[in-house]
Amino acid sequence: MSESYHGQPILKEPTWTWEIPTYFFTGGTAGASAGLAYLSGLRGNEMLARRAWAVSMGAIAVSPAFLISDLGRPARFLNMLRMFKVTSPMSVGSWILTGSASATALAAVNAWTGRFPRAAGVARPAAALFGLPLSTYTAALIANTAVPVWHEARATIPFVFASGAALSAGAATAALTPPASAAPARRLAVGAALAEGIANELMHDRLGEHGEPYKTGAGSRFSHVSRACTVVGAAVMLRRGAASRPAAIAAGALLCAGALSARWSIYKAGFQSAWDPKYVVGPQRAMVARGERAGAARRRSSVSAVRADKGSPATAPVELSGS
Amino acid sequence: MSLETIAWPASYGEDAKPRKGFFTDTSVCIGCKACQVACKEWNHVPMSMYGFTGKSYDNTTQLGADNWRHVAFIEQKLPVDADAGASLVQAAERGAALDAGLATYQEGDGFRWLMASDVCKHCTDAACLDVCPTGALFRTEFGTVVVQEDVCNGCGYCVSACPFGVIDRREDDGRVWKCTLCYDRLKDDKEPACAQACPTNSIQFGDLAELRERAEHRLAQLQRAGLEDAQLYLADEGDGVGGAGAFFLLLDDPEVYGLPPDPVDTRRDLGSIWAAAGAAAVALGAGLAAAVFGGAR
Repeated sequence: MSESYHGQPILKEPTWTWEIPTYFFTGGTAGASAGLAYLSGLRGNEMLARRAWAVSMGAIAVSPAFLISDLGRPARFLNMLRMFKVTSPMSVGSWILTGSASATALAAVNAWTGRFPRAAGVARPAAALFGLPLSTYTAALIANTAVPVWHEARATIPFVFASGAALSAGAATAALTPPASAAPARRLAVGAALAEGIANELMHDRLGEHGEPYKTGAGSRFSHVSRACTVVGAAVMLRRGAASRPAAIAAGALLCAGALSARWSIYKAGFQSAWDPKYVVGPQRAMVARGERAGAARRRSSVSAVRADKGSPATAPVELSGS
Repeated sequence: MSLETIAWPASYGEDAKPRKGFFTDTSVCIGCKACQVACKEWNHVPMSMYGFTGKSYDNTTQLGADNWRHVAFIEQKLPVDADAGASLVQAAERGAALDAGLATYQEGDGFRWLMASDVCKHCTDAACLDVCPTGALFRTEFGTVVVQEDVCNGCGYCVSACPFGVIDRREDDGRVWKCTLCYDRLKDDKEPACAQACPTNSIQFGDLAELRERAEHRLAQLQRAGLEDAQLYLADEGDGVGGAGAFFLLLDDPEVYGLPPDPVDTRRDLGSIWAAAGAAAVALGAGLAAAVFGGAR
């Protein structure tokens, strides 16, 4: 039982609203779909490639709208590109999204209309490459905060996001493509469902004492919904996805719901983790008590001889040096 | 003692001023809240919650977009029986003091007030500044951390990055706000409004190097007077934020005042964070290739 100040939170809850976890989903879907589209094209599966480009285009088209709508000052969204700052995953991500969206738009237009063939030759691999960090930088973004349940999962969250991106990309593309041409998308969806389950378990396991927000409240509820949707969706996709288009659509929808809920689970757990001082103070105090860290407070003075004229506020009037 | 930050003083060259800061000596705070009032008046900070919280005399409760100074009120009662955390020697001393009609705390009935004026720490390693994607947050020539309100687009990243929960978004305004260490007054060689208003010199403003030295003496003085739990908070480069521009002398553990005992600037882990994100991106690429090429077309 750790002490707190009248039960007040130590950290501020994130200001982010529903657009952000939704963007985690759409950004990841767009990123992984671009890779799926490009590689399918390389293998000569044009039917699948076109559908995957469409998924990527649709997902990346709505992404900036979510991000801008979440800003406190939406009219200033262009300030995001005011600088390139490697210490800010949000700044890096803004550039990744810009590059990714431009390349994907060109590739998708070319896939469906045949226009801009020369530019699309460059845009396709560029979109596929940009898509990879587009799927994982968002994990770096939330890991690079003071929110314990995010920060302490910094080694595993990117893998949850990467597998979730592959999951929704495979699922959405499998749902939109005639089953005969959708085998790679089904393989991707089912494989990613497995990978996401493992990555999630690993994250929860390695969080240890920090992971409690995933066991209670909204973080836990979304986690359960995600697992149920993903397991059922993967089973349907595996058994019936190749034979029946309606089954592929149902499975794709379930898997996308699972991937979206997984992001919501992480998003909600962050709020709980920031809001309750016990999640902040408890582990910090425990680290100091175990001697793993020194902590930020010190009882021993660095001076041996006490000089009252130096230390007492009554005799140490404020002096403005330089004035 | 190194007080240097990444941007200060190097990026200012000859324009760099001595690093300014606050030493808040909570042992002489009387909870008058003059600092809060002076801050609001000078900086035109909007009205915040209006009403009673029931949390001692604290109706402000925390720092935020509309509270750049916050006075905490802690009412502590020493248990009459030997308390669980005390050593046998301490328990015996307390027992003897009670038997003699004396109490350990100054009020004489085993009760004491702790009061402390909290503020933005103006960290040496400032997470808010590092994560700001627009460059709205910057390091001034005084080594302090300030938001440029004409640049901030309200993305909220700094809010989640601050390990102290200081900076926050103002709802009707959309941008983030926090203590500027009265940047405008500093430019005119004036001390910040809160420090000027403080009647007991609990809030001391000045050159950080000198404040640190002063604080060491004050700590030694209090320790010698028997206040064993007196401690300096955020006065060392070795802590998780590289020391702070605003540091504190506390009479109990930081968490008692609503301060994190071991705050860490998230940038320290940024290398491993980017490495993990990069590895996951590569794994995603491998997974995509395996799905497309690892079976029937």
